[in-house]
Amino acid sequence: MLEVENLHAYYGKSHILQGVAFDVGEGEIVSLLGRNGVGRSTTCKSIMGLVPPRGSIRFKGEELAGMSAHRIARKGIGYVPEDRLTFSGLSTRENLEMGVQKVGAESRWTIDDAYRLFPRLSERADVKADLLSGGEQQMLSMCRTMMGNPALVMIDEPTEGLAPQIVEQVGDFLLEVAASGVSILLVEQKLSIAMRVSHRVYVMGHGQIVFEGTPQDLQADDAVRREWLEV
Amino acid sequence: MIESVVFSLLNGVLYGMLLFMLASGLTLIFGMMGVLNFAHASFYMLGAYCAYSISQVLGFWGALVIAPIIVGLLGALIERVGLRNVHKHGHVAELLFTFGLVYVIDELVILVWGQLPVDYRIPEALDFTLFSLYGSDFPAYRGFILFMAVAMFVAIYLLLVRTRVGMIIRASLSHPDMVGALGHNVPRIFTFVFAFGTGLAGLAGVMAGNYFITEPGMAFAMGPIVFVVVVLGGLGSLGGALVASLIIGLVTTFAVGMNYSIADMLASAGIAFGQDSVLGINLSRFGPMLPYLLMVLILIFRPRGLMGSRES
Repeated sequence: MLEVENLHAYYGKSHILQGVAFDVGEGEIVSLLGRNGVGRSTTCKSIMGLVPPRGSIRFKGEELAGMSAHRIARKGIGYVPEDRLTFSGLSTRENLEMGVQKVGAESRWTIDDAYRLFPRLSERADVKADLLSGGEQQMLSMCRTMMGNPALVMIDEPTEGLAPQIVEQVGDFLLEVAASGVSILLVEQKLSIAMRVSHRVYVMGHGQIVFEGTPQDLQADDAVRREWLEV
Repeated sequence: MIESVVFSLLNGVLYGMLLFMLASGLTLIFGMMGVLNFAHASFYMLGAYCAYSISQVLGFWGALVIAPIIVGLLGALIERVGLRNVHKHGHVAELLFTFGLVYVIDELVILVWGQLPVDYRIPEALDFTLFSLYGSDFPAYRGFILFMAVAMFVAIYLLLVRTRVGMIIRASLSHPDMVGALGHNVPRIFTFVFAFGTGLAGLAGVMAGNYFITEPGMAFAMGPIVFVVVVLGGLGSLGGALVASLIIGLVTTFAVGMNYSIADMLASAGIAFGQDSVLGINLSRFGPMLPYLLMVLILIFRPRGLMGSRES
């Protein structure tokens, strides 16, 4: 479904992505692991058109490199950023409505689905997003993206700074999203959740993919974990 | 005394509402796009001149509808062809672009309409006394300006709060990139906001051009004070722009009406002070400085403005 080849990206003169290549299949949960600063978030931003990419990004066979973010989103790619970026002046419900790309169009995901999965969002429907807790903002950010009915969603560090109980809820949410037929590219630092939900994992280091395999393969490879993941 | 206070109040509110008509568009453009549009008051001037020419053919009411649309369309064209390309080179380039635009529009206005003021008049239908108070008349056209400013505030408020377009604009005030990543065409929203904002400036020009004087210096007269309103009110805050406009309108109007000095006040308290010292300067002469002093103070003590949610 998503095929990335020889992807390069720059911040000024810094060469952040140095030939990244990976793929995500239909209905798959694929995790992109690695330490801070190796280029995982930049990979998502490049795919989304928020950082200018060089190389090839094909989605359902169509080349996306060079397209603007809104056109990429309309092709069926959703993005949940690391810093959540909920709209502070809008209520929880309005934030969810912002995710809807075409009013009245059929969608696998509705606001009621968001409220069923995260009842807390329903209780806080009329509250401005900047007054929500970190966990609530994460729930909101993920559900808002799903309102756009994406075929593939990139979720960047969804469990960062969250309490263990909320991390559990996020894991259940990812499994429900995958069960609905949506592919997931999960960017994570926590091995536990990635190992729990992923079909395949990639490990990044120095702007490149340094490992590819199943969670079991990674579990068995002490050298990779020690060199590229453990702090 | 009461007469003076009541009329200062009425004139202050009137000036404030005129400022709001001009500043509301700029606060949307500034808040959402981060564009410090120096040329905003030039669109106000264009509104007045277009209204003058159109009113020669279609009368004032035709000009009231058509002139803001023409100015808004011109704004859309400038954003689409100019600003959008300059945007890639950062805010300094944008700032210089709008700075250049001020002089281009100014020279074009002089080329088309000449150096001298044009005879843009209040329509006959509104050229009567609305009411008299303490023997002074309050013209109907001032009442019309107040009515239009309030109607404009309500219309913009409803657009922003009750419509989907408004919701997308409000979301773009905080995270435009994220709005794009959700599938909304942010460049098109920017064009719409710029056209809408410049159209509002044009409408303010239509309303104020015949109340003041329509002449090439009118943009320079209003340009700086509009930025004070936007900074004082807070980036992107419509309510803040309204409050700031009224504060500036009232402060400057009341200051102009103060016909005494600090030395006079000290003298009434029994402390003699020379009238030829600094304390002897008439307080009304500080009036023009007060809005800018307010801006400086707000930037030091409350950079996000009275009702803004962010600082830059």
